[in-house]
Amino acid sequence: MVKSRRDFIKISALGATGVAVGSKYLFADNSMLKKNESKGPFRLPSDFKRTPTYCEVCFWKCAGWVYKDEKGDVQKIIGNSDDPNSNGRFCPRGTGGVGMYHDEDRLKTPLIRVTDDYGNQTYREASWDEALDVVARGLQKVIDEHGAECIALFTHGSGGKYFGNLIKALGSHNIAAPSYAQCRGPREVGFIATFGEGLSSPEPTDIKNTDCLVLIGSHIGENMHNGQVQEMSQAIDRGATIITVDPRYSTAASKSKYWLPIKPATDLALLLAWMNVIIEEELYDKEYVKKYTYGFDQLKEHVKGKTPEWAYGITTIPPNVIRETAREMGKASPAVIIHPGRHVTWYGDDTQRLRAVAILNALLGSWGRKGGFYKPDKAKLPSYPHPPYPEVERSWKDAMGGKYDLADLALANGVCDATIPSVTRDCSIKAWIVNGTNLIETLPDSRKTLEAIKNLEFIVVVDTMPMEITGYADVVLPECTYLERYDTIRASQHREPTIALRMPAVEPKYNTKSAWWIAKHLADKMGKSEYFPFDSLEEELDWQLKKIGSSLEEMQRIGVKKLKRPYNDLYFADGEDIEFFTNTGKIELYSTTLESYGFDPMPKYTAHPEPPEGFYRLIYGRAPMHTFTRTINNPNLSDLMDTNVVWINPKVAKTWGLDNGQEIYLKNQDGVISEFPIKVRVTERIRWDSVYMVHGFGHYKKGLSRAYGKGASDSRLITNVMMDPIMGGTGMRGNFVTFLTSKPEIKEVKS
Amino acid sequence: MRYAMAMDTAKCVGCSDCVVACQTENNVPIGFCRDWIVENVEGTYPQLEMEIRSERCNHCENTPCVRTCPTGASHVIEGGIVKVTHDECIGCGACIQACPYDARYFHPDGYVDKCTFCDHRVAEGLDTACVSVCPTHSLTFGDLDDPQSPISVLLRERKWKTLVPEAGTQPQVYFLI
Repeated sequence: MVKSRRDFIKISALGATGVAVGSKYLFADNSMLKKNESKGPFRLPSDFKRTPTYCEVCFWKCAGWVYKDEKGDVQKIIGNSDDPNSNGRFCPRGTGGVGMYHDEDRLKTPLIRVTDDYGNQTYREASWDEALDVVARGLQKVIDEHGAECIALFTHGSGGKYFGNLIKALGSHNIAAPSYAQCRGPREVGFIATFGEGLSSPEPTDIKNTDCLVLIGSHIGENMHNGQVQEMSQAIDRGATIITVDPRYSTAASKSKYWLPIKPATDLALLLAWMNVIIEEELYDKEYVKKYTYGFDQLKEHVKGKTPEWAYGITTIPPNVIRETAREMGKASPAVIIHPGRHVTWYGDDTQRLRAVAILNALLGSWGRKGGFYKPDKAKLPSYPHPPYPEVERSWKDAMGGKYDLADLALANGVCDATIPSVTRDCSIKAWIVNGTNLIETLPDSRKTLEAIKNLEFIVVVDTMPMEITGYADVVLPECTYLERYDTIRASQHREPTIALRMPAVEPKYNTKSAWWIAKHLADKMGKSEYFPFDSLEEELDWQLKKIGSSLEEMQRIGVKKLKRPYNDLYFADGEDIEFFTNTGKIELYSTTLESYGFDPMPKYTAHPEPPEGFYRLIYGRAPMHTFTRTINNPNLSDLMDTNVVWINPKVAKTWGLDNGQEIYLKNQDGVISEFPIKVRVTERIRWDSVYMVHGFGHYKKGLSRAYGKGASDSRLITNVMMDPIMGGTGMRGNFVTFLTSKPEIKEVKS
Repeated sequence: MRYAMAMDTAKCVGCSDCVVACQTENNVPIGFCRDWIVENVEGTYPQLEMEIRSERCNHCENTPCVRTCPTGASHVIEGGIVKVTHDECIGCGACIQACPYDARYFHPDGYVDKCTFCDHRVAEGLDTACVSVCPTHSLTFGDLDDPQSPISVLLRERKWKTLVPEAGTQPQVYFLI
C-alpha cells in the first residue's frame, strides 16, 4: 500500500459543506431576541413543548427534558427530577447540550474519499445509498479476502450497541471502547480481584451518607460526574471529612480538611502506609475483616515495614499527616469511601494501585455499608430475538501473545496494535468502523494510531462532528445528535432501578441519520437483515418496554420510570452471610486469582521513572464544562472555556523566566512538540515537579472552527505508554515536558 | 418583599452551569454573560485557600446604576430587582461605570444588559434559572421579608459577607463562607 493513500483531508476545505457563521454574533439559540424583556415574562419552560431524553454529552447519561419553541427549535435542556443520575439538575455540559445541535460545523452529509486526476485526495458529497454501498463493499471485500474477524469497531456512546450488533452479525467480536483500557479498566479488574465484582457506572459510592471521603487524584467537581458532585455537596453540608491526594490543588482539594500534595507516581506507597497504620493501630473493622475477608494475616505481614516514616521519603507526605488521615478514616469506618476514581490508567501498575484502594476499603468495612459503597440495582431489559451470531475463531486477543487475560473488556489499544502487521501473527485487522470516538486524541501515542490506519484497507467513521479521525476515513457518515433520535433504553445502575427514554425532540438537522438507522441499513445491504428485525427503533423499544410493563407511549410522557427494588438489600444486613464471587468466596485481601496468573497477590510499591533535568511530569485532567474532545467546538461550551493553559508553579516559572499568559510550546521526552502554543498559568496550585493541563484541546482539524489551534493536546505529548501487565491498560502519566519559548520548526503531524 | 440571593462558597465547584443556564434562559449572546465564576486563590504552596464564587448583579438597595441613568431605563421593580428597559436605554454606559461589581455589559444590539433575577420566572413562582440548575445547590433565592424563607434561615445560621461593602451599595447577594 502506498504511504500517501490515506492523506489527511480537511473537511472544511469543501466548498458546499464548510459554511462559516454569517452573523457577527452566534446566539445560544436561533429564536428572535426579544428586546423589551421588561414588559413581560418570556421563555418560561411552560411556553415550550418538551420531550424526554438522556444526555449524550458524557457517559453519566443524565435524563432530562428538551424544550423547543413554537418554531420547533431546541431552546433548553433541563434535568428530569425523577432521574437518580441528575436529580433534575444537569451539569453545564448537559445544559449546554443545545450547542451540540446548533453547532454549524457539524457533519452535514455523507462523504466519500476520491482521488482526482492529479493524485490529490478529497471528499465528495454522496447520497446515503451510495455511501452505504461503498461501506458495504469495503467491509465485504475484507470479509471475503481476510475473514470477518479482520473487522473491528471502536465506539463510545449509544451508537455502540447497533454497530456492535452489526459486526457480531458479520462475524467479529473486535469491539473496543477507549473508556476501558484508557480509563477505568484497571479499577474494574482491581475491584473484581478483591470483591468479586467491579464498580461499573455510575459508581455505587454512597457519598451523601459518608463521614469521610478520600479522593486520590480524582477531581470531583472538575470532572462533573453529576450525581457524585451533587452528593459531595451534601457530604460538605453534613460536615464530612474530605481528604484529597493530588499533586495539584484541585477544586476538591479546596473543599478538603486535608490536602496531601503527593509526589506523583508514589500513591501506592501512601496506600500501603495507610494500611500499616490502620492495622498497627487496630483502626480496621475487626468483625467485618474476620467474617468477610481472606488473607488478613498475610496482608499484616506484607505492610509491616511500610510505616509512615518509610512512605515519607517516597511520597513527601509527612508521617504525622499520614497517621492523622488514617485515623480520620478509622474514626469514620464503615462510613468511609476511599474513592476508586475513574480515569486511573497512570503508571502501568494501576490494577495493583486500585487493588490497594479496594483493600483499604475492605479493611475499613465500607464495601456494602452505609456511607461506603451501596449495592446497586438495575432494570433488566429483554433483548429482541435474532439468529445466533456466527462463531468467531480469531480476535484481537490473538495479537497479544496470551497477555492481559484478566481484561474483562476489549482493549482499544490492543485492537489498534492488532492492526499493525507483524511477522508473528497470521491475521491483522484490516477494516475499522469508528463511532463517536476521536481515536487520534483518545488513544495515547497518535503516531502508532496513524501507523495502524495506514495499514487498513478500509475505514468508515460515523460521527456528528468533523473530528480529527474523520480526516482519515474512506467514508464519513454524519450521525445526528442525541437530540434528534431514539436510542436504546437507559437502564443504568443506581440505588433504585430506573429506565429512561431518549426520543427525538426535533427532526435530524442536515442530511444526518441515527446510528440505529445507519447500522440497520448496512446490515440490509450486507444480507444481515435478520439481526435488525424491526422496521423502526420505535417498534423495537415499544416491544421491549411492553415486556417490562411499560410502553413507548408511557415513556414519551414521563421520560424516567422508577422501578421497585425487589429486595431490601442496599447495604449488607448485620451479620449477613455473604458469598463473594472470588475463588475463596471471601473478599480477597490476598488475591488468589492474581497469584494464579503469576502476579503479586498483594500490591507492592515500585519506583517509577522521574523527570530528567529541566523536564516536568505532564498531568492532565478535566474541566467541568468539557467532555474530552467532543465538546470543545460546542458554541455554548467553548464560550465558557475555549482553550487550555499549562499550570506552572511560580518557582519554576521564575527559573524559566515565564510570565502568566505567555505563549509557549511544550516538548516531551521523545522530542514531540505541541503543534500550537499554549498559554502559561503561573499558579501556586501545582507542585514544582509537575505541570497540568486540561485534556481535549489542541485540535488540528480546521473544520472545527472554534476548537482549531486552541491550546495544546496532552494526548499527542503522551508517547511513553506504561502498559499494565495485568489487564493491558495504557499508563499515560510517565511523560515529561520542557518549555520552548519560541516557535519551533514547523513539524509535520499529518500522515 | 425583598428578593435576595445567597451563594454558598463552601459548596460551589465553579462548574459554570449557572452561566450556561442563564444564557439559554435569557437569550444572552455567546461571548457575553450575566453571571460568571470567580476563583480566588490565596497563600503559597502548599498552604493554600481557594474561594469559588458565582457572581452577578447584586440588586443593591442603594443603586448607583439607577441614579446615574439619564433616561430612566435603569430602574427598580417590586422586590428590589434592578432592571433595564432596553427600549429606553441609549447605551451611554454611565451605569457600567457606576457599578462597583462590573455586572453590566453592552449588548451587541445596542443597549445595556444584566441579571434580572429572572423576574419572569420568579413571577410564576419558579426559581431563577441559575438556582434551578445548580448541581451543588450552592445558590438560594428568596424573600428576606419572610423570616421563614430558606434564604432568611441560611443568613441567620451561616456566616456571610457581601462584595465591596465599602461602596455603600447595600448589595443583596450574600456569600456564605
